[in-house]
Amino acid sequence: MKMVRLILRRDRVLMPIWVLFIGLVPLSYVSAINGLFPTAPQRQSYADLSAHNAGFVALYGRLHGSSLGELVAWRGGFIPIVIAIVAVLTVIRHTRTEEEAGRRELLGSTVVGRHAGLAAAVLTTAVACLLLGVVLAVGLTGQDLPASGAWALGMSMAMAGWIGVGIAAVAAQLTTGAGGARGIAMGVIAAAFVVRMVGDIASLGSNGLSWLTWVSPLGWLEAIRPFGANQWWPVLVLVGLTVLLTALAAALSARRDVGSGLLPARLGPASAGPALRSPFGLAWRLHRGLLAGWTIGFAVLGIVMGYLASSVGDLVNDSKEMAQVFARLGGAQGLIDNYLASVTSLFGLVASAYGIQAALRMRGEEAGGRLEPVLATAAGRTRWAASHLVFALLGPAVVLLASGLTMGLAHGLNVHDVGGQLPGVLAGAVVQLPAVWVLASIAVLFFGVLPRASMAAWVALVLCMVLSLVGPAVRLDQWLLDLSPFTHVPHLPGGAANALPVVVLVVIAAVLAAGGLAGWRRRDVTA
Amino acid sequence: MSGDAIVAAGLVKSFGATKALDGLELSVRTGEVHGFLGPNGAGKSTTIRILLGLLRADGGTVRVLDGDPWGQATELHRKLAYVPGDVTLWPNLSGGEVIDLLGRMRGGLDKRRRDAWLERFDLDPRKKGRSYSKGNRQKVALVAALASDVPLLLLDEPTSGLDPLMEEVFREAIAEEKRRGDRTVLLSSHILSEVEALCDRVTIIREGRTVESGTLAELRHLTRTTIKAEVSGDVNGLAELPGVHDLVTDGRSIRFDVDTASLDPAMRALTAAGLTSLVSQPPTLEELFLRHYGDEVRVPAVVAP
Ligand SMILES: Nc1ncnc2c1ncn2[C@@H]1O[C@H](COP(=O)(O)OP(=O)(O)O)[C@@H](O)[C@H]1O
Ligand SMILES: [Mg+2]
Repeated sequence: MKMVRLILRRDRVLMPIWVLFIGLVPLSYVSAINGLFPTAPQRQSYADLSAHNAGFVALYGRLHGSSLGELVAWRGGFIPIVIAIVAVLTVIRHTRTEEEAGRRELLGSTVVGRHAGLAAAVLTTAVACLLLGVVLAVGLTGQDLPASGAWALGMSMAMAGWIGVGIAAVAAQLTTGAGGARGIAMGVIAAAFVVRMVGDIASLGSNGLSWLTWVSPLGWLEAIRPFGANQWWPVLVLVGLTVLLTALAAALSARRDVGSGLLPARLGPASAGPALRSPFGLAWRLHRGLLAGWTIGFAVLGIVMGYLASSVGDLVNDSKEMAQVFARLGGAQGLIDNYLASVTSLFGLVASAYGIQAALRMRGEEAGGRLEPVLATAAGRTRWAASHLVFALLGPAVVLLASGLTMGLAHGLNVHDVGGQLPGVLAGAVVQLPAVWVLASIAVLFFGVLPRASMAAWVALVLCMVLSLVGPAVRLDQWLLDLSPFTHVPHLPGGAANALPVVVLVVIAAVLAAGGLAGWRRRDVTA
Repeated sequence: MSGDAIVAAGLVKSFGATKALDGLELSVRTGEVHGFLGPNGAGKSTTIRILLGLLRADGGTVRVLDGDPWGQATELHRKLAYVPGDVTLWPNLSGGEVIDLLGRMRGGLDKRRRDAWLERFDLDPRKKGRSYSKGNRQKVALVAALASDVPLLLLDEPTSGLDPLMEEVFREAIAEEKRRGDRTVLLSSHILSEVEALCDRVTIIREGRTVESGTLAELRHLTRTTIKAEVSGDVNGLAELPGVHDLVTDGRSIRFDVDTASLDPAMRALTAAGLTSLVSQPPTLEELFLRHYGDEVRVPAVVAP
């Protein structure tokens, strides 16, 4: 209880903000959709079109009906991911980050039991997610939507948070550092999203992969179908999953020492290899696993998404009356291009998570006390930071190139037109890079100027996700949308390739990063 | 080069409302082992971080090896090695890799001495950072520092995680460094007896200020040993000795505090009375502060060695 109070005190500003903000966002969908499609037939034709738009289905999941409630729930299909991410960040912040800072050891050695820290973090975050669901349900009921559907949607959002809580609780037991735990949990959520996405897109065509939806907990979330079937059994299943994950985390926690992780430690070499002799050598050791993981993940993702691309075009041939509508959108090729551009912009958002993660390694090194001995050698502050920046800036480039190449190749081979398809897809992926750099540079700026608030770089990413994926649906003002660098990235393939915004983004990123480095050279090293 | 490896005058450093250093003075002569003594929170680590250019002082002047530790950090760091108070290592790097990495980034290390110290500290260099205990992490940093051929060692409470056996090895190490004669060592500690055993000169700080500085002989007046003894006969003349304080006699048991200068006559008086049991306790830093500066030390008292 004491620990719960401690968490509530530390999060007294942050937690109410995200609970209310995320809980209230879907309310704005109601008026937005009502304004766009006031009559049932209008909603019907929008639903028909959207339900077959692979880009939409990839992001938001499958759409089963055309009632106002169903459209609202469907357009909010990306919000569960955001909630799960926020839940992960919160739980890890109050378990591993605390432990790293040594605070937990202080408390752990006194009255507070071994599990208390974990239990308090899990409990507090789970209740916050539940509150978020209640806020949402009450709000939607207030907007004259059916109460049963409103509560089903509210609880599906709460369950999204609970999945994040369970995943984070387990991840926090596996690694020695908060950064590593965060990485594992984010990776699991990303994998759940990808599996759900592939399953849903496959269900549009006839790929035989649609069962994948059921492999992902996010797929079970979708099965609740608020305002439609209003199924409650997936909620029970997800509650069970969360309880199971938490129990697993408790069992793991009992087996590990405070401050250490569970993954077994093997013996290493007795002396260092020739490469380990400079800040860059060290950075390579610290970043290579992360780089390899993200590159492989993106390459696989590229293959899958590229392979699915042509089936998107098949839709045009499936139904006669749809064909006319699609013709206006550019026919089969227009549809495929639209899909490929949506996927590459998604790649861009996810690649910025990597950029931020890599840039914040610097803060992790500093806060973990591993930087001081390095800076006490002749390493030099700028050289040390530059070694990490190589990975924060070029790492996402490698990752985006890999995904662009594999997606372009997979799609090109599939339609026997590698020469025609590959360049466009590759360009679509690479053109994301300047926006990714802006976000990574925001992390660098925080590290250099406000090191203790470095986590805010993640908030910037969540805001960009909200603006990109939710903003257009709720018809946010253009100036708000313009705040996200991803708004300015050219839509490729298919769209107009405009160099100016790309150049401007690169300049902004350079200014932010330079500001961060200048701050870093002037400031104290602080834990 | 002047005679001083480190000169700090009027150092001031605040962290928000906390004034960590408040006019601190420190001078360390080239070639000596200098004890830097103060209770927890006195500002020892803060001072050492300023000497390393990790923190920038708000006021005062600092010179390290005739250079400016903030502006010339990179050059200076080729000539010094640092052992932090709380060593954390990279979970995936082995101890041996860390020792080599730190040594190489400093400008090279002596392979022979590295292996010798690994042996004497009984440290397995193949273990990964995440599986070392606190004491072993400390040893990794110590070996990395001792194996480097640098003129200055900055050691921040280097024995805080070591068991008594390894503390002894550490003392031998410092004794050897002293014999080499070309190394300057700044050794921070909150344990008076450790500094007494190892150092030529001592600076004592409290709440960010220097309260005493000088050779151990000059500071002898500060140290007072507590003696508990049992004797078979009668003790004569003990109470009249100038350096004996707070004498309590209870039948055959005797208890008193004695200044270091009067230790010899006091012991003579005891042996003359037929000594049957003897316990002597060196003073802790906390007692010293209590006695000399009327300090209520707020931090939890540290167990005396
Ligand atoms: N980064 C920091 N932020 C805030 N306060 C600090 C920081 N570093 C040290 N202090 C405070 O400065 C004082 C001196 O600390 P320190 O130099 O670590 O003492 P010592 O090493 O002698 O135990 C303490 O009160 C400590 O709490
Ligand atoms: Mg200290």
